[in-house]
Amino acid sequence: MEKVVEMRGITKVFPGVRANDDVNFELAKGEIHVLLGENGAGKTTLMNILYGLYQPDSGEIYVNGKKVDIKTPGDAIKLGIGMVHQHFMLVHNFTVAENIILGKEPKKGITVNMKQAIQDVKKLADLYGFKIDPEAIIEDITVGQQQKVEILKALYRGADILILDEPTAVLTPQEIEELGVILKNLVKEGKSIILITHKLKEVMSMSDRVTIVRRGKVIDTVRTSETSIDRLAEMMVGRKVSLKIDKAPAKPGKVVLEIKDLRAQDHRGLPVLKGVNLEVRSGEILGIAGVDGNGQSELIEVITGLRKSTGGKFILNGKDLTGKSPREIIEAGIAHIPEDRHKRGLVLKYSLAENAVLGKHYAAPFAKGIMMNYARIKEYARTLIRDFDVRTPNEEVMASALSGGNQQKMVAAREINKDPELLIAAQPTRGLDVGAIEYIHKRLVMERDRGRAVLLVSLELDEILNLSDRIAVIYDGEIVGILDAKNATENELGILMAGGSLKNKKEGGIV
Amino acid sequence: MDNASLPVVVALMAATLRQATPLILASLGGVFSERSGVVNIGLDGIMTCGAFFGVYGSYKTGSPAMGILFAIIAGMIVSSIHAFLSIHLKADQVVSGVAINLFSGALTSYLLLVLFNRQGQTDGVNALTYPKAFMRGIPVIGGFLSELNWYVFMAIILVFVTYFILYKTSLGLRIRAVGEHPKAADTLGVNVYAIRYLCVILSGALGGLAGASLSLGTTNLFREGMVSGRGFIALAAMIFGGWRPFGAMWASILFAFADAFQIVAQGFGWAIPYQFYSALPYILTMIALAGFVGKTTAPAADGVPYTKGER
Ligand SMILES: Nc1ncnc2c1ncn2[C@@H]1O[C@H](COP(=O)(O)OP(=O)(O)OP(=O)(O)O)[C@@H](O)[C@H]1O
Ligand SMILES: [Mg+2]
Repeated sequence: MEKVVEMRGITKVFPGVRANDDVNFELAKGEIHVLLGENGAGKTTLMNILYGLYQPDSGEIYVNGKKVDIKTPGDAIKLGIGMVHQHFMLVHNFTVAENIILGKEPKKGITVNMKQAIQDVKKLADLYGFKIDPEAIIEDITVGQQQKVEILKALYRGADILILDEPTAVLTPQEIEELGVILKNLVKEGKSIILITHKLKEVMSMSDRVTIVRRGKVIDTVRTSETSIDRLAEMMVGRKVSLKIDKAPAKPGKVVLEIKDLRAQDHRGLPVLKGVNLEVRSGEILGIAGVDGNGQSELIEVITGLRKSTGGKFILNGKDLTGKSPREIIEAGIAHIPEDRHKRGLVLKYSLAENAVLGKHYAAPFAKGIMMNYARIKEYARTLIRDFDVRTPNEEVMASALSGGNQQKMVAAREINKDPELLIAAQPTRGLDVGAIEYIHKRLVMERDRGRAVLLVSLELDEILNLSDRIAVIYDGEIVGILDAKNATENELGILMAGGSLKNKKEGGIV
Repeated sequence: MDNASLPVVVALMAATLRQATPLILASLGGVFSERSGVVNIGLDGIMTCGAFFGVYGSYKTGSPAMGILFAIIAGMIVSSIHAFLSIHLKADQVVSGVAINLFSGALTSYLLLVLFNRQGQTDGVNALTYPKAFMRGIPVIGGFLSELNWYVFMAIILVFVTYFILYKTSLGLRIRAVGEHPKAADTLGVNVYAIRYLCVILSGALGGLAGASLSLGTTNLFREGMVSGRGFIALAAMIFGGWRPFGAMWASILFAFADAFQIVAQGFGWAIPYQFYSALPYILTMIALAGFVGKTTAPAADGVPYTKGER
């Protein structure tokens, strides 16, 4: 077996955390090797070391059998290493092509050959079956598309060793399948891939070997063919995990949120919501299923006051909230776990304690007049950290220091604990490990059982099917069908999500 | 000025361009620096140094071209202090800029005494000769051209050059990326620190040239306080111009127009106190900034030091 990467005895310590503790890891040529571990186990840290973003405190790295010293990402790129980062590294006001060629620009004389760049990107995207417009601006495209841009960035640089840090967290099941095929093809071309993911199904279907890390230490490296989902989950968390949600039938009560003919435009002035009608009742979880980019993000933005509507209205417990400010909406009782934790969920350069009270920071007990009560704020943050098992040295570290999954837990903790009338959960388990997903799901069901209304938006059909009581399918800015989750199948959802109709297939299936 | 024969409008246009020149040059400096993510409030001080060393260079060597070179080098040296403080030591960029402004004022008064043995202002020195008579001979626009100076042409050419660098070259793409999302640039192997150093020092060169265009280009001498806040007005022009070279140029021209207009208008003999005219450029700056700035966005990482290995 030819080793393309070997990391020996890697240790990396951050203030208060041993992120990597004497880690040994190897990647064989032509394999897909999954790094599996809980949130905060040290996976991203290890890969950042391989990519030259962090310097290890001790340990050695060998690439293609040679000992190397990787000081900067530039060094890593020269060694043929490419990395897709857990959090996007995209310049939001650049085009797709500009982001991809940055640092390795095709030239014509002394100028950048933009035409060539656009062609190259198009060719590359076609080669791997990505549908993407090279001239689109990043902030105009969906997160799913942004993810593809990130992958193209690495491929464009001709990486032979590809690190993918949770590339599937924001992809739809179908896109994940496509990515699986792409990865297999890359391996056939002789590339070697390190994949980080929390989705155990993917691990089983995509990988050759799995290395499990827990709290900075390597537990074991196993062949995928010789293990199972349950076994992996247990090794990773250290206990048995239930991957099924058990919940009692819902007892829906009065209508909490009523959306009537709601319309909105995107930033280009094109309609994205074309008259949405929807009701969410107390004591139920309503899931919105849809292919990314069909208006679900904009719908949430309107209901949370982050985007202006151009028609229609939405009513919470009889109170018309259309056009109200985010603060008025929060005070009316809507809480929101946003789909992009960095953009909308956290102030990365604030402490965890400060982040824990965002949105309630101005009122008692966290503030009195113009003074903040930091003792109370910290105490509150500690409760959230304990309840939601946020892995952090303490509540005073900056949010940016946390691992991606732990940041997600922090946001979910804050919003769920606001005790809202309506909880909007958009991709609430994005980037969480199986143990944490289990817990967040349990809490969402708990909210439901306490008579709250929960509006769930997720690209993961499994999550929608398991968690929801009713499922609304959004397509091209409209709700095209509402199904009872008990009888809904993945197939039916798929048809509706693609813009098809169930009319003659199954009469009465639509509630 | 012997332009009695020129129509007022033409004289006004020429005066506007002359006054706009130092603003354009300095605001281009601001564009480079801030596009790479470093706020350079020290431009005013850098201009002061440029104005002084331009005159000193010409005085010492007898050659105004050498004076310009002195001014540019002085600007680069002063700005490299700012670069070191804000990029390397990650000091607060506004504080570092203010320090440079204070330092420059004090340094030039001191050197005025030491090098020229004068107080307040230097003697006149050689300036670039401008072929006024030849220009006047050019049909139609000759009268207008004859009222300009070489710095006007330099400034306008540099606007095109800056535009070209920022939007057409790979260096420009990297500069803009570093100012928006340094970490993204870093992960692609772009050297964030090198780009920022380069841009801050370039902004110093342009600030120095702006200073020279003020001292050597208008009065042929250096007078204490002659920059009188133009570095800040240039920054306002840069912001008003949306951190873009052509935007900064038009904004500079607008501000300069107000300045030129006040001088012409005082001659109109209208019953308005002359203080009002003098305040006009500043009032316009304030209105422009208050009314329009909301619509433009600064580079996302402007003013934020970059630390490797942090997230
Ligand atoms: N720059 C940093 N400063 C301080 N602490 C850090 C830093 N980077 C990582 N850590 C800490 O190191 C530990 C490991 O983080 P890492 O991001 O590697 O986890 P992960 O396995 O990728 O988790 P996730 O699945 O949530 O992404 C965490 O406890 C995190 O708080
Ligand atoms: Mg991670």
